[in-house]
Amino acid sequence: MTEAVVRLTREGLWTNNPGLVQLLGLCPLLAVSNSVINALGLGLATLLVLVLSNTTVSLIRHGVRREIRIPVFVLVIASFVTVVELSMNAWFHELYLVLGIFIPLIVTNCAILGRAEAYASRNPPGLAAFDGLMMGLGFAGVLLALGAFRELLAQGTLLNQAELMFGPAGEALQLTVLPGYDGFLLAALPPGAFIGLGLLLALKNLLDQRRAQPRPILKAARPGQPG
Amino acid sequence: MTVPAFRMAGPPHIAPSGSVPAIMRSVLLALIPGTLAMILIFGWGVLINVLIAVAVALPCEALMLRLRNRPMEPFLQDGSAVVTAVLLALALPPLTPWWMPAVGVALALVLGKHLYGGLGFNPFNPAMVGYAALLVSFPGQMTVWLPPTIGPSGSLGLMDSLHYALSGSLRGGLELDALTQATPLDQIRTGLGLELTVGEIRTEPGFGLLAGAGWQWVNLLFLAGGAWLMHRRVIAWQIPMGVLLGLAVPALVFWTANPDQYAPPLLHLLSGGAMLAAFFIATDPVSAATTPRGRFCFGVGIGVLTWVIRTWGGYPDGIAFGVLLMNMAVPLIDRYTRPRIHGRGKPGPGTGERS
Repeated sequence: MTEAVVRLTREGLWTNNPGLVQLLGLCPLLAVSNSVINALGLGLATLLVLVLSNTTVSLIRHGVRREIRIPVFVLVIASFVTVVELSMNAWFHELYLVLGIFIPLIVTNCAILGRAEAYASRNPPGLAAFDGLMMGLGFAGVLLALGAFRELLAQGTLLNQAELMFGPAGEALQLTVLPGYDGFLLAALPPGAFIGLGLLLALKNLLDQRRAQPRPILKAARPGQPG
Repeated sequence: MTVPAFRMAGPPHIAPSGSVPAIMRSVLLALIPGTLAMILIFGWGVLINVLIAVAVALPCEALMLRLRNRPMEPFLQDGSAVVTAVLLALALPPLTPWWMPAVGVALALVLGKHLYGGLGFNPFNPAMVGYAALLVSFPGQMTVWLPPTIGPSGSLGLMDSLHYALSGSLRGGLELDALTQATPLDQIRTGLGLELTVGEIRTEPGFGLLAGAGWQWVNLLFLAGGAWLMHRRVIAWQIPMGVLLGLAVPALVFWTANPDQYAPPLLHLLSGGAMLAAFFIATDPVSAATTPRGRFCFGVGIGVLTWVIRTWGGYPDGIAFGVLLMNMAVPLIDRYTRPRIHGRGKPGPGTGERS
């Protein structure tokens, strides 16, 4: 049991991260990561849906016929997305308006259907819920990293408009990291999302490479150079 | 006496027109007259931009070569980074803070060139990648031009230009707006918006005999440099001719139909970056089409897109977007214009005949 928990944690957060390794759910990942608060809002919503749908799919896994499992999973996911959407409309109305179409679009996030099919439909509810939690955290983490990168580059701030999420107290959270910064608009526009995700992917691959190849091999690659 | 080695390239056995450094040197030489004219007409800022861009380009190139574990010397000395830097700097407005050419060149070389695999592998023209990134990010600063003046009276002196480049403000509390003037293409756009005719707009200050005052000379000198490059066979004639025709033919058609609403073809040819783009930017051997017919199609596409963006688009000049859009179409163009192999039938795009 603990072994499975450790493995799920490592897979969800790093080795099988939905955003950086499976490259699933890129549409919301690229579209909504233009600020930390947007990223946090969508990340939490996705996380919640993922945990709930994984648990439910796991609970009903013996009662669903193989032939119709995909429509059933989509139905389950769509119900939870509707719940999350209505709750956000009720309690985080401003944020709901900002995120707009991307909240209902969580239904089509392949990362969620992928986990239902690949993990939750074959494992007990406890583990499935934990898998959903870790995958959701991994996805939200990538969203947050990309959101922070783009917001910092585009406006020189972090957690701008935090009041959308945390109420009036959130205004104190707003950080101006680079005062007097002109702003690099490209980072907030769609190209900035692609460039940022590309850089994040490169960074992750670089870290993995560093870990997989300790120093001797790196040195061994060098002697080809003249001099 | 040593007998030169018999080196056989692949068929059709025509020696290439020169090495990369030789080509880049010729391009830089051919840029000199137009660049001198720009400095004379728009002031020292042009020269400062070029120097900053080159000074940033070389360390960027060296850094990326080092990160990619590539040999430093041959790539640093081939001059391709310098050509990219100079082309980008010439496309920038003459008065910019120092970080504009620096950021543009860094984006051009790092994102536009090396992340795709370096010289020879970049699908997009690096200079235009940098330019488009700057235009999208800083639209305000990118459309501020100085009025064309010849002689010391009008444009800023060397020290004033340097001061602006380094600090982003003018000496003596002068406001930038007091000095700047819209480019002729901008003037036409705003004029047409105010329901003036092209004829009326051309009587405003800033217009000369053929096109915008000053701009016409810059473009004519870039044309001269480009003609020299074509004469030396450094660039093929298909791309520049394609660009100029693609720009002139729709302009001619619409201008004949309604000379009040559409600018004449000569004005299009001698405005903005038309000549610089036709002879120096679109002809980048890496990101352009490679077959002869394909090169012509590529050029025509750039010309037509530039005219469309200038006439109906939201930006004053459309060259950067025209070049980038056509860069995307290059694989398709090359596929459909593959030349016939001697002794074989017509190659269809689907036959997949490669060798």
